[in-house]
Amino acid sequence: MIRVVDLHKSFGENKVLQGVNLRLKHGETLVIIGQSGCGKSVLLKHIIGLLKPDRGKIFVDGVDITPLSDDALHKITRRFGMLFQGTALFDSMTIGQNVSFGLERYTDFSKEKIRESVKENLAKVGLKGIENLMPYELSGGMKKRVGLARAIAYGPDIILYDEPSTGIDPIRADAINDLIIKMKKELKVATLIITHDMVSAYKVADRIAMLYEGKIIEMGTPEEIKNSKNPVVQQFIHGRAEGPIENW
Amino acid sequence: MLGLLTWSFNLLKPEMLPKEKYPLFYFNSFFQQVGEVGLLLVQTFKNLFKKPWEKRIFIQQLEEIGVRSLPVVSLTASFIGLVFALQTYIGFHRYIGPGSETFGGPIISLGLSKELIPILVGLMVSGRVGSAMAAEIGTMKITEQIDALFSLGADPTRYLVVPRAVACFIMLPCLTIYGDILGMAAGYFYNVYLMGVNSVLYIRNTLLYMELWDVLSGLIKAAVFGVIIAIIGCWQGLRAEGGAEGVGRATTRTVVIASIVILIVNFLLSKALPADIGI
Repeated sequence: MIRVVDLHKSFGENKVLQGVNLRLKHGETLVIIGQSGCGKSVLLKHIIGLLKPDRGKIFVDGVDITPLSDDALHKITRRFGMLFQGTALFDSMTIGQNVSFGLERYTDFSKEKIRESVKENLAKVGLKGIENLMPYELSGGMKKRVGLARAIAYGPDIILYDEPSTGIDPIRADAINDLIIKMKKELKVATLIITHDMVSAYKVADRIAMLYEGKIIEMGTPEEIKNSKNPVVQQFIHGRAEGPIENW
Repeated sequence: MLGLLTWSFNLLKPEMLPKEKYPLFYFNSFFQQVGEVGLLLVQTFKNLFKKPWEKRIFIQQLEEIGVRSLPVVSLTASFIGLVFALQTYIGFHRYIGPGSETFGGPIISLGLSKELIPILVGLMVSGRVGSAMAAEIGTMKITEQIDALFSLGADPTRYLVVPRAVACFIMLPCLTIYGDILGMAAGYFYNVYLMGVNSVLYIRNTLLYMELWDVLSGLIKAAVFGVIIAIIGCWQGLRAEGGAEGVGRATTRTVVIASIVILIVNFLLSKALPADIGI
């Protein structure tokens, strides 16, 4: 479904991605783990077309999206739904307008159908009757759920999550994990999650990949990652300050 | 061409010096920023003709830029009209003699409509609206809302920049004509009601020596200033980074850069536009 081949990206002299290779299959959940600032979000932004790589290709169902213009890219990004780290809800719009934003651009639904769809999608994430509230009136967990409702509203078949459990308490984080699993089952979507929360990763992942120094250094099922012989992976998943990872 | 120039200057960069210290850093940086603004202007122009048009934001911006700027434009235009009238009255009274003050009318009208009102409206709107644009778009940038726009199928230039640029292009001339009327009325009020200048002669001289082109050339300038304010405000917002501090810097830079560009472009336009086209 998505294939990332030899992806390189630098910002000035900071080499963030140095040859990332990755594959996301139909219907699977792939979790990318790694330290803060290791380039996980940069990788995700390349996949959705927000950044252009210095070198390498990204294929979505066989189509290389890296050379596409923004207009051509939007035909592909129609298939992606993304939950941003800080939710990125439009703070000048109501919750209803936020959720309907993608519907208005990616579908030709009537106004009435858009209104119904907004209600349906908010209900899918366990929220009702909040269409007229503003984002600042919601808690962190509710904002995450609205962000998810906005991401799934127009029926994408790939959902990208950028640190879904960051900034919320463990109980709400687990509720978000349950939602991620529910979305995968109900909508039959492929899911790509980036996180450094190992509890969340073990719970939702079919496969886990670790990004370190700009490359994927290990990939496997949660069980394989737990039993990895790589000392960098072991240090990260056990959250130890001592070990080969020093630049923290 | 600009890219080639920048590239050639980069070849001269002494590797031993820190990035900010090598001799052509600020020179390169200046041309890079000019290039960024030029690119945004071209993208905005291209996106003018592409659908969907963001009518809701366009109408919001018309109100924000036009209606909400009325109080500040009213105050500025009235007081600049009054003070200009005061000085022209003194000038005529002192150097030409009593009775010549009626010739202040065309001078006030010409000065206001051709230069002072377009410039002051431009500077006031850049302070009020340009900085607000930079703050709003800058906050959207650092909270990933612009990335979210893109992921939801909206082109950020078409969605954010085009409605603001078109609204500024329309509303600045409207505010200027409003300012012209108020400024001239204030000049009339000072001369006729406060200083006792003959009202018939004042109006007759104004109509005799003032031309429609004087007002029109001011409106052309105002429209250009509108585009400058919107493009610089949006450009600074779109390149904001580093949290609240970055947004603060973007708003300050918008006001400074837009004001300087307006003053320079005003001189160039005054020089380029004909003094008289016979209308």
